[in-house]
Amino acid sequence: MVRSATPLPQRFLGWLKSWEGLLLGLFIVVLIINSSLVPAYLSVSNQVNLFTLFIEKSIIALMMTFIIINGEIDLSVASLMGLSAGTMARLFELGVPSELAVLAALCVGLICGAFNGFWITVVGLPSLVVTLAGLIAYRGLVWVLVEDRSISVLPAWLNDLGQKPLIGPFPLALLLFFIFAITGYIILQYSGFGRLVYVIGINRDVARYSGVNVRRLKMILFIASGFIASLAGLLYAARLGAMRSSTAEGFELDIITMVLLGGVSIFGGSGSLRGVFLSILIILNLRNGMGLAYLSANVQTGVIGLLLILSVLVPNLASSLRARMARRREMIRAWEVAESADSPERVDSSRLAER
Amino acid sequence: MMTSLRRYIRPEQIRELVLVFVIVALVLFFGTQIRGYYSSSTFIRFSTSIAILTVVAVGETLVFLTRNYDLSVGSIVGFTAFFVGTQLSFYKDIPPLAALLLAVGTGTLMGSFNGMLVAYGRVPSIIVTLGTMAIYRAMVVEYPGNKIVQMSALPTWAQEFSRVNVFQIGDFELRLIVAIALVVVIVFQLMLTYLPYGRRLYAIGSNPDAARIAGFPYQRIVFIAFVLSGALAGLAGFMFMGRFGNLTVVAALGTELQAIAAVVVGGTSTMGGVGSAFGTLLGASMIGLLDQSLLRWRLISEFWRDALLGLLILLAVAGDRAIVERLRTIWARSELRLRPSVATTIRQEESVHGS
Repeated sequence: MVRSATPLPQRFLGWLKSWEGLLLGLFIVVLIINSSLVPAYLSVSNQVNLFTLFIEKSIIALMMTFIIINGEIDLSVASLMGLSAGTMARLFELGVPSELAVLAALCVGLICGAFNGFWITVVGLPSLVVTLAGLIAYRGLVWVLVEDRSISVLPAWLNDLGQKPLIGPFPLALLLFFIFAITGYIILQYSGFGRLVYVIGINRDVARYSGVNVRRLKMILFIASGFIASLAGLLYAARLGAMRSSTAEGFELDIITMVLLGGVSIFGGSGSLRGVFLSILIILNLRNGMGLAYLSANVQTGVIGLLLILSVLVPNLASSLRARMARRREMIRAWEVAESADSPERVDSSRLAER
Repeated sequence: MMTSLRRYIRPEQIRELVLVFVIVALVLFFGTQIRGYYSSSTFIRFSTSIAILTVVAVGETLVFLTRNYDLSVGSIVGFTAFFVGTQLSFYKDIPPLAALLLAVGTGTLMGSFNGMLVAYGRVPSIIVTLGTMAIYRAMVVEYPGNKIVQMSALPTWAQEFSRVNVFQIGDFELRLIVAIALVVVIVFQLMLTYLPYGRRLYAIGSNPDAARIAGFPYQRIVFIAFVLSGALAGLAGFMFMGRFGNLTVVAALGTELQAIAAVVVGGTSTMGGVGSAFGTLLGASMIGLLDQSLLRWRLISEFWRDALLGLLILLAVAGDRAIVERLRTIWARSELRLRPSVATTIRQEESVHGS
């Protein structure tokens, strides 16, 4: 964190011009449109409700931010959600005590995360391929566990945790999200670990040569990602009170969109949880608004896909436009310098113009 | 002996040979497990399903060679199949050739949208195609009319399409669909080996920066790769429609994962620059073989398919990293020893650049 000497109002203005400021503007626009369509839109209960609908994806998006900033990607999270929910439901169905079933599901998450991490850090394969294989394989394991049935008998206490508010109007998942968001922000921005996540994302070779244990850090991240994904899978199953083999299928699209729209670079090394938090708010409200406008879930997903592309395309175009403007300004300045000079140099200037 | 052998056989060819052995071993193994395995009906069913996968996977190979990914092919296959199917069931007098052109044209259009964003918009391919995968699928789901295409509504030639034979020897029948796939493989293998465009794909994948500095039209080459991938997916969509006839909005869901698996198992590097259409044919054959055989194998539930598929991808990629790349270095070294003239030129160049 650079503490500059510029006064606060100016710094705030600068922030407004940044990507995050743009996100804030977009968020306000979405809010205004939605609340004008539906009267009780901004009430606490509706906002809590809307948050709850996407809370599992939001929790994973926080973890995914770490991974993408680190220069990797984890496509297997959605399948892992299904796998942990499936493990828990199947074990409970077979008569295993509910606490043990939940614990086993979390262990599955840890193991699968470590499995991903093994191929990425020890064998040295690209994370995209490893987690793509994970996406297929873990979903395949869910099919093995649950087959084409649906399991709707889940532990009662888990259903209560998932469906009833815990403190005030907030259910457990929402509280967990805020706890994770705050601890994640502190870890990423203010701890040595967070600095290393950025450093490795910017240039992993430089990080390795400066003595950073890159492998260990990546391993920790992927194990944590597996754990968080399995936790989110349990929360999802608890909220729905049932699970099938296709539970949480395709969630990775929303999750990655949340992170990238939040200004995190897909190449790693830049971005912040602040932006991701804003983009989560935008996507939640956008999806909700589209639902209010009776758009089907598939169209909503299509719009999210478009948003994902735009969130990378627009900054790209803006930067190339800026580069072109800068080049033109340079040309004009060179022109003017040549114009004001003597006649022999005017030959040069005309040559410059020809170029 | 060894050195002369190295001169004629490349590591990639050894890898393909191993793959052929594995496929033969699998056929022999399943032959002992499944009754009536060596029959013409098994061959027809296997070869037609492999044919569709092969056509998609060859397009994916081109994209992989440039160090990109195309996750949208499954949705393109689904959309073209559904689109052409709907058109045919409304306008029964569309000639077959026009329907084929319609399918390929639609695929080309979708592929060029991907290619434009990747090559000219400089958006990473994983983002673009993750987004368009959702967009194209949403287009299928929201396609006006009833959400289903029925075999009985199609014109007669389309109903007969999957049963047309190119030739028949005794019980052995080669279906038209299979012949199309074989032609695609041969044409694209020749293109990759002999046409300048094919060689440029390898050049770009091996080292994008070097290719750009050497003055290759980088953007155009990548763009065309995506266009071709889309066109082949469109062709596969046509074959898909002809084979299944009855289509729903989830047609060809998940084909992209199988295609990527076929490409990777077939020896194409995920880092670009290595691979062939013939290898992809072998990869697709192996995956189609496993897929169809597991369906019929009593000992293991069919739900294990995807779990095994994921593991297969990991093993193929890890095996490449561990063995094939090492072989390649040995080959390169012996090449230097074989041709002293090459070694001296390299040494001379090094001394020139060193001074």
